[in-house]
Amino acid sequence: MNKVLLIIKREYLTRVRKRSFIIMTILGPLLMASVFILPIVLSQMSDGSQKNIAVLDETGIFYGKFQDGDNIHFEYVVSDLESAKENALEREDYALLYIPKTELSVPSAAVIYSQDQPSVNVKSYIRNVMKKEVESLKLEASGVDEDVLRSIRSKISLTTIKIDESGEEEKTFTEVSMGLGIFASILIYMFIFIFGAQVMRGVIEEKSSRIVEIIVSSVKPFQLMLGKILGIAFVGLTQFLLWIVLTFAIVSVFQVAYADMTLMQNAPGRTAQEILDEPGSMAEEDATERIFEMIHSIDFSVMIWSFLFYFLGGYLLYAALFAAIGSAVDSEADTQQFMMPVTIPLILSIIMAQFVVQNPNGPVAFWFSIIPLTSPVIMMVRIPFGVPLTDLYLSIALLISGFVVTTWLAGKIYRTGILMYGKKISYKEIWKWIKY
Amino acid sequence: MTVFTAGNISKRYINHQALDSVSIDVPEGSIFGLLGPNGAGKTTLIRIINRIIAPDTGTLLFRGDPMKRHDIHRIGYLPEERGLYKKMKVGEQALYLSQLKGLSKQDAIRRLRYWFEKFSLLEWWDRKVEELSKGMQQKVQFIVTIVHEPELLIFDEPFSGFDPINVNLLKDEILGLKEKGSTIIFSTHNMASVEELCDHIALINNSRKILDGKVKDIRNQYKANIYEISFNGFSGYLKDLFAPDDEVLSETTDEDLRVARVRLAEGKKANDMLNMMLPHAEIHSFHEVLPTMNDIFISKVNEKRGS
Repeated sequence: MNKVLLIIKREYLTRVRKRSFIIMTILGPLLMASVFILPIVLSQMSDGSQKNIAVLDETGIFYGKFQDGDNIHFEYVVSDLESAKENALEREDYALLYIPKTELSVPSAAVIYSQDQPSVNVKSYIRNVMKKEVESLKLEASGVDEDVLRSIRSKISLTTIKIDESGEEEKTFTEVSMGLGIFASILIYMFIFIFGAQVMRGVIEEKSSRIVEIIVSSVKPFQLMLGKILGIAFVGLTQFLLWIVLTFAIVSVFQVAYADMTLMQNAPGRTAQEILDEPGSMAEEDATERIFEMIHSIDFSVMIWSFLFYFLGGYLLYAALFAAIGSAVDSEADTQQFMMPVTIPLILSIIMAQFVVQNPNGPVAFWFSIIPLTSPVIMMVRIPFGVPLTDLYLSIALLISGFVVTTWLAGKIYRTGILMYGKKISYKEIWKWIKY
Repeated sequence: MTVFTAGNISKRYINHQALDSVSIDVPEGSIFGLLGPNGAGKTTLIRIINRIIAPDTGTLLFRGDPMKRHDIHRIGYLPEERGLYKKMKVGEQALYLSQLKGLSKQDAIRRLRYWFEKFSLLEWWDRKVEELSKGMQQKVQFIVTIVHEPELLIFDEPFSGFDPINVNLLKDEILGLKEKGSTIIFSTHNMASVEELCDHIALINNSRKILDGKVKDIRNQYKANIYEISFNGFSGYLKDLFAPDDEVLSETTDEDLRVARVRLAEGKKANDMLNMMLPHAEIHSFHEVLPTMNDIFISKVNEKRGS
């Protein structure tokens, strides 16, 4: 066991000190952060054109309350929702704000229909106006004392629904789940490929540099293989953790900086009250609110734990196979014929992920998330949508037994392969090694 | 006292028999030559001794006790196919390999510094292996083989890839290790170095052991009644001096001295030859020619092939 630790330590340290590791560690978060930051920047960029927002207010409370801004014009319409939507599309309105009638005395929800994602500024302005209005209505209706004041602190749930020419509606909320699922599965796919290939390259390096026989005269071949696989797993985890921490740092630094910037920009010609009520601070509140909404709908602890599990499980399953490939060849150029059967299930699962995300509880999703070779990628697509626990446990159990089996198989190929030089190895030969 | 015994070792690979009931006894303090043509099964036997692969049948004894996994710490092995991690620093790598052999870190550093100094490699400690010349890399490999002071050393073709200066350096080190009490198994087809270094040998051919014993005994056993004589004062045909069943193998002239190799017929002694020569020629030197290990090797291997 002590020797496996030595091997793990060497594999880990030599890789973590490499320049390529350090570069990847810095580049990764920059890319990921830009994924978060770019949409915010783009949506906040005013395009300078006149924006027309149609207001369909069934309650009648907000008539005339939305003030026209520099390039925003509010127009109050009276019609039913469907024709208002059509109208908005026809006239190429920026958005349609729909405040439905409610049973309650005051409304607490509204919907923005738009072709493009409405800018954070516009949304927070609308939310703000409505909030103030509703609050003053409530204040009016009741005597004001401590308890009442607390109870009337209201929250507005602003659901954004996209409409397009085909008339389909989609809640942005599922998009979050879809995005999250696809993001996690792509991440797992990439990690398995990158670090699996590192295992393979490491084995080939030991074989072609002829050090392997020196090492296996001190440790068992299986210990060497295991040490290498585990060492590189820790490299992967380290990189992943650094990415998360750095991405988070970059995004939060950006948020603070950006909030300051928008505050400064909006300052001239406005009253202090308006500045306090509007963008900057509101943008932040909006973002945090969305995060809160997500946290409520998605079980993040399940998400993180299952990510770590499927990342490790999938990696271990494939890394053993990659190690076996590395042991069977003399150089990287010879790996092609053996890479195919290993990479096909991986590539298939990343292709299937796009269908699974459309129907995360269908039979395709079920089977692909159960079979160990595809489950790491596919299960991560399903998890943000919520997965029946029986499916999850079955998948976990099968993945664990899957990597036990592949590691055992790979060990048999490995111990023969690493001492075999100058011979073109066929599948038949490998089958003999396994049986042997 | 034998350090290591392999008894009736057999090993079958998928397509061929690599070892067929091979036994060897390696006496304490000896240099034991493991000889045989390519593909005879030497490397398989060595890998079995190092527990890299397991024999199908047979026993392995280390100092009389069945060999256990941790006994490999008492062995140092320099394989024929050898190398180092190219991108790793020399010292770090030597330390890693020593620790894998069971040395503690402090102990390993102390001993490595001693050997690195001895081979004037100390200034290369923090350099990458790929910056070293091939000869220096070989020295590093030699050091990590012996650094844990094993009781049994196994060198598989140790001189391949070394230049003559380093071959001598290595020979001296090997003899030095023997002096200090190490037992050495030495696999090679370089017969000159066998005669020079080995006390005992085992010859393996076609997965079987066909010859073993002390080098001195074997050469005596295979001597073929051949003598070399140098003389002058006789200018006739040498053949005329001898009986028809004696055979003149070769004859050369070195200035005014004639040198001949003669194989005497069975039963004849050296004195018979001298008696025949003395009346006709002035004899300058005379000695019996023992067969070289090379001759024995070739004749034994061919004999088996012929049969």
